[in-house]
Amino acid sequence: MDPAIVDRAFAPVGPFVVTAAKVAEFARATQWRGAGVPPTFPILLLNDAMLAFLADVGAPLERIVHGEQRFAYQRPITVGDELTAALRVASLRSLGGADVIGTVSTITDASGAIVCEAKATLVHSGATEEGAA
Amino acid sequence: MSAETTFEPQRFILTRADLVRYAGASGDFNPIHWSDRVAGAVGLPGVIAHGMLTLGLVGSAIAAWTGGAEVVELGAKFTAPVVVPDDETGVVVEVAATKVSSDNGLMTIAMEVRCADAKVLGMPKATVRA
Repeated sequence: MDPAIVDRAFAPVGPFVVTAAKVAEFARATQWRGAGVPPTFPILLLNDAMLAFLADVGAPLERIVHGEQRFAYQRPITVGDELTAALRVASLRSLGGADVIGTVSTITDASGAIVCEAKATLVHSGATEEGAA
Repeated sequence: MSAETTFEPQRFILTRADLVRYAGASGDFNPIHWSDRVAGAVGLPGVIAHGMLTLGLVGSAIAAWTGGAEVVELGAKFTAPVVVPDDETGVVVEVAATKVSSDNGLMTIAMEVRCADAKVLGMPKATVRA
């Protein structure tokens, strides 16, 4: 993968309106045993941001394994929030023939305030000789 | 948070139907989470659960333990696959708290997350507002 992707900021995804129905669907799918919005809910936006990024660099989805995920919240997400996610590539290293891509996504609300920062490590295996980017 | 908060291990069952439900709810349609053909072709032992589904179950365990306390931080490494067979039984994912500490109004919970005999997450940890 082209090292030039490091520090590149990709186009933000959103705004994504948090609805009670979407929260309920996600809560059911994660066997949620609480009230409110599950803490992994922003993956909805992050998936879109990551898909756009992977399409941009030409990495096929089935060659991607999620290596690590962290969320750091400034405030809880609530129904009615309008969220936007901006992804940038923070690091890129090679490990045993795979590309290990560190991404940081900043999730902001309609006022532009940061709600959550999400760090993901994506492992791109089976990279071809000519590279995907 | 109530004084009688306990940290009993939380058990979750995952079947193929649960993976399909999570794919739909999350928008992650990577075929390694629903196609044996694709999972095998990329060298996986079988269809595997989304790492974020497993982390979602961790979030659920935390909610159960803390009565829905506000999560400030949550994270883990996805170190081993949760292989979900195409049968009625599925697999059990168990989330156990290994260390709980409180400081400055925040509670940090370190965990161990297992499927069968294997640890599937690396250093799963959460911080909640106590």
